[in-house]
Amino acid sequence: MSGTPGSATVRKSYRTLARWLETAPPDLLQARSRQAELFFRRMGVTFAVYGDVESNERLIPFDVVPRIIGAAEWEHLEKGLKQRVSALNAFLKDIYGPQDCIKAGIVPADLILTNPHYRPEMQGRRPPGDIWTHICGVDLVRTGEDGFLVLEDNCRTPSGVSYMLENREMMMRLFPDLFAEHRIRPVETYTDMLLASLRASAPEHAGADPTIVVLTPGPYNSAYYEHSFLADKLGVELVEGRDLFVNDDIVFMRTTEGPKQVDVVYRRVDDDWLDPLTFRPDSTVGVPGIMAAYAAGNVTLTNAVGTGVADDKAVYTYMPEIIRFFSGGDPILGNVPTWRCREPDALKEVLDRLPELVVKEVGGSGGYGMLVGPAATKAEIEDFRKKLEADPDDFIAQPTLSLSTAPTLCGTELQSRHVDLRPFVLSSPAGVRVAPGGLTRVALKAGSLVVNSSQGGGTKDTWVLDD
Amino acid sequence: MLSRTAESLYWTGRYMERADFLARILEAAVRLAALPARDGAAATAWASAIASAGVSRAFAASARTPSEKSVREYLAFAPDNPSSIRACINAARTNARSVRTALTIELWESINGAWNGLNDFGEPTKRDDFVRFLEWVKGVSLAVEGASSRTMLRNDAYWFLRLGGAIERADNTARLLDVKYHLLLPAGERVGGQLDYFQWTTLLREVSALTAYRWVYRESVRPWLVADLLVLNRQMPRSLASCQAMIVSYLERLAADYGRRGPAQRLASARLTQFNEARIEDIFQSGLHEYILAFLGENNALANAIHDQYLV
Repeated sequence: MSGTPGSATVRKSYRTLARWLETAPPDLLQARSRQAELFFRRMGVTFAVYGDVESNERLIPFDVVPRIIGAAEWEHLEKGLKQRVSALNAFLKDIYGPQDCIKAGIVPADLILTNPHYRPEMQGRRPPGDIWTHICGVDLVRTGEDGFLVLEDNCRTPSGVSYMLENREMMMRLFPDLFAEHRIRPVETYTDMLLASLRASAPEHAGADPTIVVLTPGPYNSAYYEHSFLADKLGVELVEGRDLFVNDDIVFMRTTEGPKQVDVVYRRVDDDWLDPLTFRPDSTVGVPGIMAAYAAGNVTLTNAVGTGVADDKAVYTYMPEIIRFFSGGDPILGNVPTWRCREPDALKEVLDRLPELVVKEVGGSGGYGMLVGPAATKAEIEDFRKKLEADPDDFIAQPTLSLSTAPTLCGTELQSRHVDLRPFVLSSPAGVRVAPGGLTRVALKAGSLVVNSSQGGGTKDTWVLDD
Repeated sequence: MLSRTAESLYWTGRYMERADFLARILEAAVRLAALPARDGAAATAWASAIASAGVSRAFAASARTPSEKSVREYLAFAPDNPSSIRACINAARTNARSVRTALTIELWESINGAWNGLNDFGEPTKRDDFVRFLEWVKGVSLAVEGASSRTMLRNDAYWFLRLGGAIERADNTARLLDVKYHLLLPAGERVGGQLDYFQWTTLLREVSALTAYRWVYRESVRPWLVADLLVLNRQMPRSLASCQAMIVSYLERLAADYGRRGPAQRLASARLTQFNEARIEDIFQSGLHEYILAFLGENNALANAIHDQYLV
C-alpha cells in the first residue's frame, strides 16, 4: 500500500496504520474527511489563488491518511537537512563575502553575478551570526527504500508550515485512537523553536527581549492565513508595510500608544517588494528606508535579503559540489539528477527526451511555467521546445520517475498518489534545528506529479515515529 | 497595539452594527408596506427605509426608484451599494480577517460564519425567505456581540471593537428618529392618527423597544415619549444617551490602559455632560430634527477625533 510504485508490501512504518485500517468501519475515512473540511472552512484555513477571481479563497484539499516516516529514516534525513542548510548559509556568506567558491570554480561566476536574485546591495554585509536563510524549506522526494533526494531548496520565504501544524491539530481531533497506537514526535514545538531562532538572530543592541514582527504583504496574499497564524502562535504583531516606518535608520511600528522600535522582521515579502527606495519603486507593500536600517545593523531581516541566489534552480544543480566545498564531506542527501540546459550537451539530450522529462524554469516557483512531459500533449511539448531553444539558460530538466507514492483517500477507496515532503529547517546563531515532520504534499490526480496547491495538489499530516 | 489593528477592530464593530441596523430598517419597511393604507403608503415605507439608511443620494443616483424590489435589493445585496448588508458583512469580515490574531477563535468563527452564511443565503426573492434572511442577520450580530463579550480579554482590542459599535449605533438611532419625524407620514394622514401611531410603534419595534416603552412609560405610544426613550433614557441600551455613556466608558478604559487621556476623551465627556442636563421638552422646543442633525455632526466629529488619536 505504500512505497515505491509497484511494490506490494507494506512499509514497516505503516504496519500499525494498515492493521487499524483493516478493522475500521468502511466509511470512517470519508466521514472524517468531510469533518475535516468543515473544520477547516469554519476556521478560514484558506489560501488564495492568483488569477482565480471566482474562488479567491480556497481550501487546500486535506487527505486524512497520514504519511509516516520511521525513526531511523528521519534521523538520516535530519542529518542531511542540517548539513545542506548549513552549507546553504555558508554559501550565501561566501557569495556576499570573499566569493571563494567562485574563485575555486565550484559555481560559474556568471550564474551568480547575473542572477536576478543576486543582490549587489548585500555584498560585504554580515547579518548576525552569518545566518542568511533562517527559515528554509527543503523539498524532498523518496526514490527507494532508504533514499530521499532533494527536489529543490526554498531559501527565501518558504510557506506551508502552518499546514504542517494545522494538519497535525486536525488529525489529533479526528483520530485520537490512532495517536494512542503510535508514538509520533510532536511538531507543535515548531513555533517555540522559531521564536527562539528569531530572538537569537536579533541585533545586539536589542537586548534580551527584542521586538519581533511578522511582515505580510496583506490579506490578498496567497499565504496570508499562514502569516497571521504564525504571528498568532509567536505572540508577535502581524504588520503590513504601512504599519512600519523608518526614522534615522531605525524601524518603528505605528501603535495606538505611539511609535515602537522593531528589532527583528520575519518578513514574508519578497526582496523585490521590500523597500521601494532600493528595489521596485512601485511597491506598496514594502517599507521605504528599511534597507538603510538593515545596512546600519539596526534591524534583522529574516530571511536575509539576497538568499534567492541560493535556491535558484540552476544553482541547485551545483549543490552537491557546494556541500562538499563548505562541509568537507559528501552530501548526505543527493540531488535529483538534473540536466542544466545552459550546457549544450545537456540541452541536446533534454530536447531529444522532452516527452519523458520534467522541465522547470530556473526562476519559477509554485508549479507555474513547468512542463511535465508524460502528462503534456504533443502541442504543449512542441510549444515548450521553442521556449527551451530560445532561452536554454532559463531551464533545467529532471527525470519523472523519482516521486514515490503514498496511500490516499480518493472517493471511497485508498489509491496510491505521488507525494513529496517539505521539512522546515531553522537556523540562527544558536544553531540549526529541524521540526520532526514537515508538509507532505500530494498530487490528487491519478498519475499526476504536480503537488503544488496552486495546481490542485493537497496535503497530508506527516508522522515521524519515535521508536 | 498596531494602529491598523485598532482601526480594523473599530470598523469590524461599526460594520456589524450597521448590518444589524439595515436588517431592522428593512424589517420595519416590510411591516409598514403591508399596512392597508391609502395609495402611496407602501412606496413611502420603502423610500423612508432608504432615507433611514442615509443613502438617499446614492440610491437616486443609481437610477432606481423606491419599490419593494429595488429597496430590498439595494439595501441588502446590491454590489453598487457599499453600505448594503452584504457589503457590511463582507467589510466586517475583511477587517476581522486582517486582524485575525487580535480576535478569539469564537469571535472569528462567528464573523467568518456570517460571511459563509451570506453565500449560502444567496439573494432570496420570496418575501418569506427575505424576512428569514433579515432574522438571520440580526442573529448574526447577536452572535458576534455575544462571542466578543464572552470570550475577549478586556483590553484595548475589546475597547476598540466596542467603541466602533457604539459610535455606529449612536449614528443609527439618530437617523431612525429623524426619518420618522420628517418623512414617514404620507400627505393627508393625520399626525396622531392611526397610521402615525402604527409608524411609531413600528419604529419602537425596529429597535426592539416596544415592550421597553410600555415598561418605562406605562402609556400608549406618544411621539415625545418615544423620542425621550431613544434620546435621553439611560435604561434604553441604544438611546443616544446610553450610546454616549458607552463611548465615554470605552474611551476612559483605553485612557486608563494607556495611561493618557486625549482630545477624544475630552470631547466625549463634554457631550455626556450635555446629555445629563438635557430635557426632552427643551429638545422638542428647539426642534428634534435640528437636535438630531447637530448630534450626527458631533458624533462624526468624535469619530474623527478617535481616528486621529488612535487609528493612524
